[in-house]
Amino acid sequence: MDVLRLSHIHKTYYLGRVPVPALSDITLEVQPDRFTVLSGPSGSGKTTLLNLIGCIDAPDRGEIDIGGRSVISLSDDAMSDFRLRNIGFIFQNFNLIPVLTAYENIEYPLILTHAPERQRRQRVTELLEAVGLTQQARHWPGQLSGGQRQRVAIARALAVSPQLVLADEPTANLDTHTGASIIALMRSMQHEYHVTFVFSSHDPNILLAADDAVFLQDGRITSVEHRQLAGALQ
Amino acid sequence: MKASALALRNLLRNRRRSITTLLAMIVGAVSILLFGGYVRNVVYGLQTGYVRGTGHLQLQQRDFQQFGSGDPVVYGVADYQRVINVLTSDPVLAPMLTVVTPIIQFNGIAGNFDAGVSSAVAAIAVDVPGQIEMHKWDDYGVGAPPPPTDATLNSPEDGVTIGTGVARILQLCGALNVPNCPSPPPAAKSAGAPMPRDVAQLAQDDAPAASPRVASAHPHIELLAATAGGAPNVARLQVFETQAQGVKQLDEVFIGMHLTQAQRLLYGRSAPEVTAIQVQLQHTSQLPAARQRVQQLIATTLNEHPLAVYDFRELNPFYGRSIAFLDAIFTFISVLIGAIVLFTVGNTMSAAIVERTVEIGTLRAMGLRRLGLRRLFVSEGLLLGLIGAAAGELIAILLVTLINHSGISYTPPVGADRVPLTLRVLGETPLLVGTAAGLIAVALLSAWWPARRAAALRIVEALRHA
Repeated sequence: MDVLRLSHIHKTYYLGRVPVPALSDITLEVQPDRFTVLSGPSGSGKTTLLNLIGCIDAPDRGEIDIGGRSVISLSDDAMSDFRLRNIGFIFQNFNLIPVLTAYENIEYPLILTHAPERQRRQRVTELLEAVGLTQQARHWPGQLSGGQRQRVAIARALAVSPQLVLADEPTANLDTHTGASIIALMRSMQHEYHVTFVFSSHDPNILLAADDAVFLQDGRITSVEHRQLAGALQ
Repeated sequence: MKASALALRNLLRNRRRSITTLLAMIVGAVSILLFGGYVRNVVYGLQTGYVRGTGHLQLQQRDFQQFGSGDPVVYGVADYQRVINVLTSDPVLAPMLTVVTPIIQFNGIAGNFDAGVSSAVAAIAVDVPGQIEMHKWDDYGVGAPPPPTDATLNSPEDGVTIGTGVARILQLCGALNVPNCPSPPPAAKSAGAPMPRDVAQLAQDDAPAASPRVASAHPHIELLAATAGGAPNVARLQVFETQAQGVKQLDEVFIGMHLTQAQRLLYGRSAPEVTAIQVQLQHTSQLPAARQRVQQLIATTLNEHPLAVYDFRELNPFYGRSIAFLDAIFTFISVLIGAIVLFTVGNTMSAAIVERTVEIGTLRAMGLRRLGLRRLFVSEGLLLGLIGAAAGELIAILLVTLINHSGISYTPPVGADRVPLTLRVLGETPLLVGTAAGLIAVALLSAWWPARRAAALRIVEALRHA
């Protein structure tokens, strides 16, 4: 079963009273446990599509199913709960909460799910180890490098074992070497935790690493490439 | 991570702004408490003064309030000793009582015929031991009253105390050694015509045998009053001392005298009456119960007496008006400070929300509900309110302690003498709790509105915020 199914999605923004079509008739299916990248030039609609998939924006028309569940008609609270349990986010600017330590940033989504303290501790410890930041657990975001912050963000996105992790240009603010290591980390995490990753990116390394590449231009899908497991980075 | 811990960390992010906000709250709390403490002290002082002077309750002939000052003889309380006995022996009322004592209030004309001057006066005649007991009442710790003077304790029946204004008008300042009391210019001095023979005769008739007219070291005045049937009577009285009354109008009419002297002047050889029976209770809080019981007694045991009962607030309308005035100022100041705190905390929260817009988008994207976000910001407001109120109260208590021990004195709104400035905050639970609760409520309210705006932000727009 598809983990993500988009059917005839339309989205238009308005600049004052002038309509600006952002997405037109987008239909897309994403298989589970895949590493899917949305690629295209600036203004092609990558981020808008990612926002719709992440249930933080709503389409004007069309259907979005995640894990077999239609999310279009959910109330705001239900949508929040759905995001909490099913979708993890990795942001270009990391977006860690500055008043929480690395440990606490990873723990925060688990607190929102009311997971017991023992379970939280076990899960956060496991994820810190997986992203190689056990020694930095008590560090504040300001005490971490860009690559370390993005590792914390990856761990936070995976904390509640979501079906889907969305990443908006996750390597855009990192140098090439660090970006490559982050892609490798995400890839390994995807394998380890069997999560579906969807990215928006210009980064050729991510394109190379992707199982599926969706190309957009002017708000439309121009092509979709399905590959076998890309082992380019391994 | 508890919400309170997260709120504290967020407040510590911008320490300078948080401290400025807290300072505004602390200044607000201190201002409210200091002024509230002053108001409480004035209210307690006023109440103590009135309760000492007039008692908590007064029983009067039921029409005395309307017509009594024109003819206190007709509107007096007859057989008043029986009324006092009924009150003091009542098993319900007796445990609440401290003093039950009679008084007579009447108007007359006081004259110093040696100087050829006279003036309308308002006389209050009391039973001295009863009044001394009345003046010991100090339920609020205002302070012991000045000890009774030798003149009060030892003056003969015809001895009186007069207001300093009366002494001035009757040109007795020199004879009584009243300080700061001007004498009239020579041109204005009366020729000092001799006392009319009829007045002199009345005064002579009235004088008690034990107090001969001659051989007294104290100046004399003649007090003319209407007796039963409207006939005039005159008493020749010795002025033992003057007493400043604080209010010029009162100071120029006050004469205090012995009850028996007034009874002889007003009632002659008839059965003596009084114009009121003062009832003082142990605590003002007993007033409703005591009044109810007195009314029951008037309707039953004392039903042959046409009596009415009044409390000190009815007898002294100035008391109620003063409290209403002070309450209005206190409310105005509190509202003003509340508004300042409201805008200060609101501004702090609004600035925090602008700074943390991306964070708000991130939290919402992660699955934090709108309610959770509101709770987060309101928790910060609550924490500000709690810290501000606690610190404000602590500082206010320290300041109050300093002020109360500083020796600063002032002249209260009603009073003639300077008294130590005392602010009553410690032990004033309603004031302390009300101030803290008010500040916390204002802080919550001022955080709630920005929090609502934060929760209403669209996630994608919040995440795009630079």
